[in-house]
Amino acid sequence: MTQQLILYPLFLQIGIGIILLFAWSKIKFQKIFSILGSVVSVGLSCWLFYYIWNYGTQTIQSGNWAAPFGITFVADTLAATLVLLTSIAGLAVSIFSAGSVLKDRLRFGYFPIFHFLLLGLNGAFLTGDIFNLYVWFEIIIISSFVLITIGGEKAQLEGAVKYFTLNILASMIFLTAIAVLYGLTGSLNMADLAGKIAAIENRGLVEITGILFLIGFGIKAGVFPLYFWLPASYHTPPFAVSAIFGGLLTKVGVYALIRVFTLIFTSDAFLDNILMVIAILTLVSGGIGALVQNNMRKVFSYLIICHIGYMIAGLGMFTEVAIAGAVFYLIHDIIVKTNLFMLSGLVYRLKGTNSMRDLGGIYAKWPKISLLLFIPLFSLVGIPPLSGFWPKINLIKAGFSGGSYITVGAIIFASFITLVIIARLWAEVFWKEGKELPFRPNFGYFTKMKTYKRLQFIVPVALLSIVSLYIGFGAEHIQELSARIADELVNNQGYIDSVLNLKK
Amino acid sequence: MEILIAIMIGFLYASGIYMMLRRSLVKLIIGIILLGNGANLLIFFLGRITKGAPPIIPGDAKVFTEAFADPVPQALILTAIVISFGLQSFAIVLVKRAHTVVRTDDLDEMNATDEDS
Repeated sequence: MTQQLILYPLFLQIGIGIILLFAWSKIKFQKIFSILGSVVSVGLSCWLFYYIWNYGTQTIQSGNWAAPFGITFVADTLAATLVLLTSIAGLAVSIFSAGSVLKDRLRFGYFPIFHFLLLGLNGAFLTGDIFNLYVWFEIIIISSFVLITIGGEKAQLEGAVKYFTLNILASMIFLTAIAVLYGLTGSLNMADLAGKIAAIENRGLVEITGILFLIGFGIKAGVFPLYFWLPASYHTPPFAVSAIFGGLLTKVGVYALIRVFTLIFTSDAFLDNILMVIAILTLVSGGIGALVQNNMRKVFSYLIICHIGYMIAGLGMFTEVAIAGAVFYLIHDIIVKTNLFMLSGLVYRLKGTNSMRDLGGIYAKWPKISLLLFIPLFSLVGIPPLSGFWPKINLIKAGFSGGSYITVGAIIFASFITLVIIARLWAEVFWKEGKELPFRPNFGYFTKMKTYKRLQFIVPVALLSIVSLYIGFGAEHIQELSARIADELVNNQGYIDSVLNLKK
Repeated sequence: MEILIAIMIGFLYASGIYMMLRRSLVKLIIGIILLGNGANLLIFFLGRITKGAPPIIPGDAKVFTEAFADPVPQALILTAIVISFGLQSFAIVLVKRAHTVVRTDDLDEMNATDEDS
């Protein structure tokens, strides 16, 4: 029973997806089933997480082919945590989609594709085979292509062309990297690769392969200078789609970077230096990019890029404290970024626009909603004791003890610039005297909605805000969790033994 | 032989990237296809080229006695070909749809997403 526990989140998502495909035009059924399925998925992921937390890393060999010959699925603490976060974000976005996505889009299979996307994410976190990781990445991007184009508006299609091209390029580079890696070692199992790569004499070739992986995953994660597709596309699809993209799609790139650079290409000073430089430039350029934007979703898109820098910086410093900080930031970021895009969807329904210049007066008219939205916005900045504050302590501590003062400077600069941006956004959107906007008769304003429909907007935001508050106020637990993950990542022998079955 | 294939793969990559850098949408797709083929051939090539030695153990033996072709890259490119086929068909449909809606083939004119609103 518990042997296959690792695979249950995957089976569940693919099951939901297939059943929803058969209920193609029954929108009401799709909504209810998707939300219920997401609740079950949260339960299952909690179970998986609880099991991994108590019994340590679990593996399963598909088809009973012993590693390194078969495809291995591995659930270590990092993977289990991310699966849990995916299902929480998935539940919130599923409720939010039921309320906010237009009928025309739901009729073209929005919900089934949404669950296939979650399937791909879970698979990417749980696999222990590098080629299998590629296949999960393809499932993710194919689903995301459909989600980003569904509806077919002009801006959407233009955004999709950019999103599509860069993601395909990233996949090709990733595939090239796998090819070179296979040529070098003759293996695809990540745990097996760890030992084989370390034994290769020709370090130059290993470094080039590492850089190919860095570029492939870097495009997906949106690091400097490979991020330009992100702010060009993330503000075009429906808000629910932006939410799941912003929360999880770039993070899966970060996850892959963390996995590959802690397991396969470890302790290579050259690659670590490149990661540090990239992190600093990402922090600075993302922050400055966000400063000049007017559309709320574009501001958040640039903030995604800026904050990816924290995680890359943590990975580049490569000490246990730094990686704990990066993982803590990853946990905080998935929840808060998903929430931010849903927040912008809610604001859109309140006033009918996302332009910060035209918005205003929300605090005066809807004080309770504003207070709710205060939580994700200022969690992002990391005003203590909210959730964004704690991981930065780790990162800055690691920066000082490692002597990388420029990184510390960039981290502080990025936090400061985030504060400026969010304070300005708060002033513009919530405090400023609101302009009279032209009334749009066919638009589904929040005030015109029925109570249950309003709840579909408020509940997911509130749910993720509560999770954010827990991460902030229960930082001790998350710190303990990320310290354990960092320990597993840095001392990767446990992972390798578990996959290759060396323990017994 | 190997040097020829290596040059050909390099050529496919180079022309693929070059085509992707052009402004026309159709050339973008051609670039994606060429790049995909280059990557597939690279996987195949890095499994080492073996002539006329399928990875099948003869009936009267238990293990391989001679050099044999590595079956793993062949399985990998099968997967990769299927995936890139799907992606390419999606690309063609997307480009057609984008062309009907935006009414241009020029990527430089697709700048509605950069508008400030």
